[in-house]
Amino acid sequence: MLGLDFPPINEVIRWRDLFTSFNKIAIIACLAALIGIAIFLLASRKDPMKAPTGVRNLAETGVEFIEDQIVMQTMGREGLGWTPFLLTLFIFIYLCNLPGIIPILQMPATARMALPLFLAVIVWLIYNAVGFRHNGAKYLTGMVWPHNVPVGMRPLVGLIEFMSNILLRPFSLAVRLFANMLAGHMLLVTFALLSDAMFRAETKELLLKPMGVLPFFMLLFLTVFEVLVGFLQAYIFTILTAVYIGLARHPEH
Amino acid sequence: MEALASLVIQQAEDPKAVAAATGAGFAYGLAAIGPGIGIGYVVGKAIEAMARQPEAAGMVRTTMFLGIAFTEALALIGFVVFILLGL
Repeated sequence: MLGLDFPPINEVIRWRDLFTSFNKIAIIACLAALIGIAIFLLASRKDPMKAPTGVRNLAETGVEFIEDQIVMQTMGREGLGWTPFLLTLFIFIYLCNLPGIIPILQMPATARMALPLFLAVIVWLIYNAVGFRHNGAKYLTGMVWPHNVPVGMRPLVGLIEFMSNILLRPFSLAVRLFANMLAGHMLLVTFALLSDAMFRAETKELLLKPMGVLPFFMLLFLTVFEVLVGFLQAYIFTILTAVYIGLARHPEH
Repeated sequence: MEALASLVIQQAEDPKAVAAATGAGFAYGLAAIGPGIGIGYVVGKAIEAMARQPEAAGMVRTTMFLGIAFTEALALIGFVVFILLGL
């Protein structure tokens, strides 16, 4: 349960249930959602006329980051209405990624397929709904029979577009987040196990035990790297969502 | 660590598991080649663009991350195959 001891090898992939169909991953995901809600509720209580301090500072930085770096870069001014949704998505994924490097927890909630897949299905529903709402049936016909392409190429391009829009986008969105977080988690586990085994090795070789410092330094380096990866994956998931929504609004681009 | 060792010994006697583990290693190794070259290209060109036009750095960085994300997906599918075959 706590990340103080190495679990049996099979539990790196499959966690035991604490009680029926509720395990450590689910607890971390629930906590991430609650912490995100708490931060923004606390921030909204403060007086907006004064200079922001403390938790409001954090919340405003988050909102500004989403507006400037994600919405304005991909959808432009007309996409600003999507900021709340994208901000929720970003904060939730980031807070789910972060426990992967917090001692004692040591488990990113997004390193299980359930969460990324569910988020990707939500995004899929939303961008298709936006496409149908803004373009009507032309969204689908423009996808399978694109008009700005030579006639001979239309069936081929249409097939590729259709596959990419309907099947590949949600799949790659989910797999990207899941596999990145799982790969990082497995790397940390591997180097932790390696340095542990070398420190405790019963051997007559003098150099073997001190050499355990090397995987330990690698572990430290990878932990810092995981801070970056956790942020980057949340950013990439959010920016791809913004790009897909923007493309569904104006499919001709 | 004992658990890992016993797992390895148990699997080494089963030829099917040996083939699966070998295949998993090759699957990930081969899947990493293309995206490695691809991401190198993407980032290299992005750095070139940023050095030539520092005022466009923000836009270039966003597009670079998008390109990396699309390229990286192939390697990650290889990693998923590795997990599916190896465990």
